Parts: sequence; structure tokens; C-alpha cells
Amino acid sequence: MNTRSIGLIYRRELGTYFSSYIAYVVISMFLLVTGYFFYNLLASFSIISFQAQSNPMLARQHNLLNINETVVRPLLGNISIVMLLMTPLLTMRLLAEERKSGTLELLRSYPVGDIDIVLGKYLACLTVFAAMIIPTLVYPALLMMLGDPEVMPILTGYLGLFLLGGTFLSLGLFTSSMTENQIIAASVSFGMLFCFWLMSYSVQFASAGLGKLIAYIAINEHLESMAKGVLDTADIVYYLGLIGLFLFLSLRSMESKQW
Amino acid sequence: MITVQDVTKDYGPHRALDGISFSMEAGEVLGFLGPNGAGKTTLMRILTCCMPPTSGRVTLAGHDCVTEPLEVRRRIGYLPERVPLYDDMRVADYLSFVAGMKGMPSQHISANVEQIAEKCGLNEVYRRQIGNISRGYRQRVGLAQALVNDPEVLILDEPTVGLDPGQINEIRGLIKELAGRHTVILSTHILPEVSLLCSKVIIINHGKLVAMDTPDNLGAQVAESSRIILRIDGPSDEIESALKRMDDVTEVTRDTSDTHQSNTFAVDVKPGQNPRKQLQALIAENSWDLVEMRSVAPTLEDVFLKLVTREN
Repeated sequence: MNTRSIGLIYRRELGTYFSSYIAYVVISMFLLVTGYFFYNLLASFSIISFQAQSNPMLARQHNLLNINETVVRPLLGNISIVMLLMTPLLTMRLLAEERKSGTLELLRSYPVGDIDIVLGKYLACLTVFAAMIIPTLVYPALLMMLGDPEVMPILTGYLGLFLLGGTFLSLGLFTSSMTENQIIAASVSFGMLFCFWLMSYSVQFASAGLGKLIAYIAINEHLESMAKGVLDTADIVYYLGLIGLFLFLSLRSMESKQW
Repeated sequence: MITVQDVTKDYGPHRALDGISFSMEAGEVLGFLGPNGAGKTTLMRILTCCMPPTSGRVTLAGHDCVTEPLEVRRRIGYLPERVPLYDDMRVADYLSFVAGMKGMPSQHISANVEQIAEKCGLNEVYRRQIGNISRGYRQRVGLAQALVNDPEVLILDEPTVGLDPGQINEIRGLIKELAGRHTVILSTHILPEVSLLCSKVIIINHGKLVAMDTPDNLGAQVAESSRIILRIDGPSDEIESALKRMDDVTEVTRDTSDTHQSNTFAVDVKPGQNPRKQLQALIAENSWDLVEMRSVAPTLEDVFLKLVTREN
């Protein structure tokens, strides 16, 4: 591992994200959709607030006037779904394109390890992802100006979003390392992400022990608890473990492709 | 400098390389020659540690390609056949990126890269995007990236393919300049290129090493006969039978495609014999009129075709 070559690959990759406009397009589409979600959540919250003025009992019963519960948590859930759709588009070209054009072969004739290539590329797409997610902090900032939501659940929720995104990206990098076709890379990562996501549906049909296991494996369950403001090391370990696993698999798949 | 011992490479059931062994000294220019699909690119990929051989051993400057790939890669510059470059980068930025990847200290990069760009004739496109420059310039950028950081060994896969004749000459000139200071391996299926550039030739066919020698020796080795072309004014049948009666002559073919009034014969003689004097005497005796007499040395084309078809 060599930090200099990681840095060089990172800079080159980031340059491509912006010179090819991929970053601009994906980020603006992401902000458009999440902005629309935020607007709707806020609009329905204000309607509920008006109704609560005439019927205070209703509001108290359902905890509807808690802005964290009715706006922030659903917003984080919505953002994570948009992320699920957008991140495979960020990762699909990372290794697949280089393999197809042959530049990977040339890159690997230089004295750099595969791990430098994998890490440089991963950090580059993580940076674009950060540039995508950080502007959405405007929404909670607006809430803080207009009302007084609890800050902790917002912070842990965003930490959860970031870890979730990091997991999506490492999975996407892995699928991109397996093929030279970008569409295949994107489709496979969509499929795998959806499976990880929808796994939580099976919890209700499974026995208690198995259900617990499935709930732990399901990717979105961990975000749920973090969005509630619960910072559990189990959740962080889960995400970091998956990130490490898929980076390792990408490395292995790069090595195996040469045989 | 480079030793290749009994290298075999299988792609599934298909054997791409079969027991290739050779070695080369520093400063040599080695040409890989072979028809398309013979295994030239596979062999180069193994030499650049892009993939390991199925069996056998490759060492470069004492370092094994499988166990110490980074040490080997530090010493090579590679130009793949397709010249894969990052189209979205500028030539200058790309070469600086390569210099960094090859571990050149940052403070030397800009001066070094400018020097290499100058040497490869890239000044005109230095600030342009790689995606927008012509095929000839692309090839030169490819060569420039191989030259960055002054590697001991250059491995060039078909460096002149797809260029126009002027560009081919320029690239060949560049490679000729590099010989001596660098050890060069180049693959090609253009035969004159090999006799022009290489001090040693390896002919590969169906993954097997068919021949290895200097271009001149290869010519001599394959020459089972040498050939003399004769153009004589006179009675054709009589001349033909007279020629056939000569001692050292193995075969006489009359060239019927000749539209000249005189007769053209291709006379094959036994190797090592040169019956020019006897031929002249024969012609003088019969007072025919000798228009032309020349001997034809076997070209690399002949050698190649002979070796490759013999294998088949």
C-alpha cells in the first residue's frame, strides 16, 4: 500500500467524475428528488400542525407533532432509498470501464499494488457521494431555523446515511470489478442492494432466532436505529465490516481476473 | 537481462503458449514475429506481470515476475497493442500521472515529462485532450508513457500498427534511437520492420517457438536454395533445356507472365553454389543476348512463410 499512488489514482478518478459531468448530473438529480421529498414531508407536517390546533387530542395520541418523528426520520428513510438508486450509477464505471478500454492492463504494468487502485477509486467515489449528501444538510438546518428538532438523532442519522452510502459504494465497486460491462455492473449492484434491503420483510415470517439474524443482516435495519438517535457499536461494526468485506472481494476479483 | 524458461499458458482448454524458452542480454532489440493469434500478446502480458504463466518461470533483471511483480514493473515500460489511454485527460497531465505512478519524485516530474514529450514529438499536442488527438499522436503518447522514468526494458506490442507510412517511419526512428540504452522487445507482423530494427528475432506460431536467431542468420538458415533471375534474348526452349542440363541447377521456371520480348527464367541452384560464371559462359557459347542477371536473397517473408507453413 502506497499513499502516493492511492492519492494519484484518487485525483485522476475524481477528475473523471467531474470532467465527464457524471458527478454534476447524479448530484443534481439526487438533490432534486430528495428536495421534493423534504417539501412533501414538511407540507404534510404543517397540515397536521393546523389540524392539531383544532383537535389537540389526536396529535398527542400519535406523537405526530414531534418534528423528528414526522419529518427527519422519514426524510432519512427517503434519502436512503434515493441513494440506493443513485450509487450504482456512481460505481458502475469504476473498474468495468477501465477493464473494457484496456487502461487497467496498463495501470497494472506500473509498480502499484491492486490495493492502491481499489482504495484510490473507492475514496474518489466516496468523495463524490459526500458532495451529494452534504448539501441535504440544508433540510435539517431549515428545520432548526423554523422549529426546534432534537439535534442528536439528526447527527446519528447522518452518520448512518454516510455509513450506508459507503457500504453501497463498496458493493458497487465489487460488482464493477467483476465485469467489463457497466450495465451488468449496475444491474447486479441494484439487485444485491435490493436483496439486502428487502431481507427485513422476511423477519415477520421467520422463527425468532432466524428473524433476529435476518434483521441483523438487513442493510436498512441499522439505519433505522441510528435515525432514532441510538448509536450502537453493533450498527457501526456492521457497516464497516461490510465495507471491508466488499473492498476485499473487489481486490480478490481483480487478482483472479488476471488468471 | 530477461530469461524465459519453459513458459506455458492455458486459457481454459486452449493452450496459448507452449514451452517457450529464451533469454536476452541488456541492450538487445528482440522482435517477436508471428501470425495473428500466435501468442505474441500473451507472452508480452506475462513479461509485464499482467498475468502469471500457467507453468514456467520468467525473470527480469533477476526478479521473478510472479513473486516480485512490483520489482519487475519498476523496470519496464509497456505499450499495449490497443494503446489504452485516458481520453479525458490532457497529454501533459496524463504523462505526469504516469510519472507519479511509476514513483518518480514529485520535484522531477514536470521537467522529465517535458523532456520525454519533446523527444516523442508531442509539443504540438502537449496541452490537448488525449481523446481529441490523432492516431499517430496517440501512439506517441503511448510510447512516451512507456518511456517515463527511463525503464531498463521496453515492451512494445505492435507499436506501428494503424499508422500511416510517414508516422511508421517516425516511430521506427524513435525505437532505433532507444536501442542500445534500453533493452527492447517488440512484437509485430510486419516483416521489414524486424529486419530494420531488431538484432534478434523470435518466430512464434501456435504458441510454440519456431525459430530464434538474428534476421540475417534466419535467412541463411532457411535458404535451401538460392535463386538467380535471368533474362535472355534467344530461342526459349533451347535456353531452358540448356539451363536444366547445368550441374548446380535444381530447377528452372520460365516466367510466362513476362511481357518483354526476352525470356525470363528463375533458376534455383544448390545452396552454397554460385554458378554465375558457368551461366555467362553458356550464354556466350551460344551467342544469346544476356539482358539481366540478378540473384535473389531469401527475404524474411520467405523465411517466415517457410517456417510457419512447415509447422502447419
